[in-house]
Amino acid sequence: MLKINNLHVSVGEKPILKGLTLDVPAGEVHAIMGPNGAGKSTLGYALSGRPGYEATEGAVDWNGESLLDLDPAARAAKGVFLSFQYPIEIPGVPALTFVRTALNAQRRARGEDEVSAPAFLKLVKAASAALKMDFDMLKRPLNVGFSGGEKKRMEILQMALLEPSLLILDETDSGLDIDALRIVSEGVNALRSPDRSMLVITHYQRLLDYIKPDRVHVLAAGRIVASGGPELALKLEAEGYDQYLPAAA
Amino acid sequence: MTALDITDASTFPSRRTEAWKYSDLRRVLKEAPQPSPSGVLNGPGAFDALNGDAIVFVNGVAVGVDAFVASGEQTLRLRFISDATSPEQAGTGHATAVQIAARAGAKLLLLETHEGRGGAYVAHNRLTIDVAPGAEVTRIVLVEEPADAISVTEAQVKVAAGGLYRQTIVATGAKLQRLETHVAHGAEGADVRLDGLYALTGARHTDLTSVVDHLAANGQTSQLTKGVVRDTARGVFQGKIVVERGADGTDARMGHHALILGERAEIDAKPELIIYADDVQCAHGNTVGNLDESALFYMQQRGIPLDEARALLTQAFLIEVVDRIEHEQAREVVRSWLTERL
Repeated sequence: MLKINNLHVSVGEKPILKGLTLDVPAGEVHAIMGPNGAGKSTLGYALSGRPGYEATEGAVDWNGESLLDLDPAARAAKGVFLSFQYPIEIPGVPALTFVRTALNAQRRARGEDEVSAPAFLKLVKAASAALKMDFDMLKRPLNVGFSGGEKKRMEILQMALLEPSLLILDETDSGLDIDALRIVSEGVNALRSPDRSMLVITHYQRLLDYIKPDRVHVLAAGRIVASGGPELALKLEAEGYDQYLPAAA
Repeated sequence: MTALDITDASTFPSRRTEAWKYSDLRRVLKEAPQPSPSGVLNGPGAFDALNGDAIVFVNGVAVGVDAFVASGEQTLRLRFISDATSPEQAGTGHATAVQIAARAGAKLLLLETHEGRGGAYVAHNRLTIDVAPGAEVTRIVLVEEPADAISVTEAQVKVAAGGLYRQTIVATGAKLQRLETHVAHGAEGADVRLDGLYALTGARHTDLTSVVDHLAANGQTSQLTKGVVRDTARGVFQGKIVVERGADGTDARMGHHALILGERAEIDAKPELIIYADDVQCAHGNTVGNLDESALFYMQQRGIPLDEARALLTQAFLIEVVDRIEHEQAREVVRSWLTERL
């Protein structure tokens, strides 16, 4: 279970999150919606430990352990996975090498045995087939020259292989056409499980037609200002975020 | 400029000589070193698995032949061994001169290693390489020397009509280490690839200097050099391409890209294109930077610890140069040689 209590995060000198409190129980999918500039991406970066996103106050507990003191790789080994809005291109590192390096680094950090090359290949073949990915693409440098849809599928493939327990999806729908959105959503839905929590960060309701949330939260001006069931997303789609903007408060 | 002769200190260039501005030999070598006593040949060479013929020098003395003429398809391992393991050998100097030629239509794989052992020494190597019409020479150079060694290697390469010359130098630095290559496109349609790679730590210094002279029409030159410097190391890249009058149809491209991974490390880059012909295509690019922060975070987010992420990105950056080596077996030797040293 993820427990965020009164989290304050600054980027540079600028406070972005200003007392955010949120619980995501195991097995649940929570959506974070909000206007541009509300701090949605900052939340994803703060939870995953991006340098420059400094927690100045508050606490983040993941399965009873504080995350804020851990470096990004240690958090990943604890099961935290941030799916990037714009996945990064890594020239010179084949996708297969990248994922295997990541998987084995996580396993080492948890005191588990590394996965052998043949066993890994078998895992990847099954996972890429499920996502209708061309296996040869995985021999190319990670994300270099991939289309927007291919990059997002690559993110889902990594999730499927790394098996994180806390999934943070940052604007996963951006840059996807409707077919790619469906494939990516199916990939995410296949990962829903009673021991996995998901935080779906999105500006638009559209993604939530495909990935059905248990709860919806509105993030505005650095805090959760409203929470509800899936119907809240539809209300936001109809009425917009104006009522939550600081000027209207 | 007088030719360098390590037995005569008056020939040692200082930074006042433009071509040696960043590699002041006189500053590190004030007087001519005593001649090296003989050394010992032991240990395998990096390219032994590729077999072929061999020329071996130990402290300047050829163990067998010191010249080679290739006809047909041949492999030549050229080993420059500097042995300064005993006190008598420390601080001494030795020089070599090698002549290599590839006859018309020959295909030569020249696998060169500079293997330094022990402490300070001064080594000076001169090579002449003649590539006959339609011949093909691939020269791969791995340089590993002690941190307090001084070495200068000069290669004069002549490429005849339709000849092909490919070169990849991989250097790890020394107190002062310079690998200089002069290539003359002597006749029409020569094709040259001149690549380099340096990975330096501590206070090591490497200087990759090249001059490519297009004297005839329709020649091609493609140059890619990449480097990474840490600590207080210093990397020098000087690449000059001259396109003479009448060398129309020349296509010349030069790239130098380096990473500075230490606050006190230094890169000196001097790309030069000097063009006297009209109908040519020439371009050069030069970048010096650091590892991409967002890539480092992305890798860490997936569980790769920071040091490992840095190493992986650095290797990925450099390996592009190795990937350009066409000969598969040689390429794989270079790849693992480099990986072990990063």
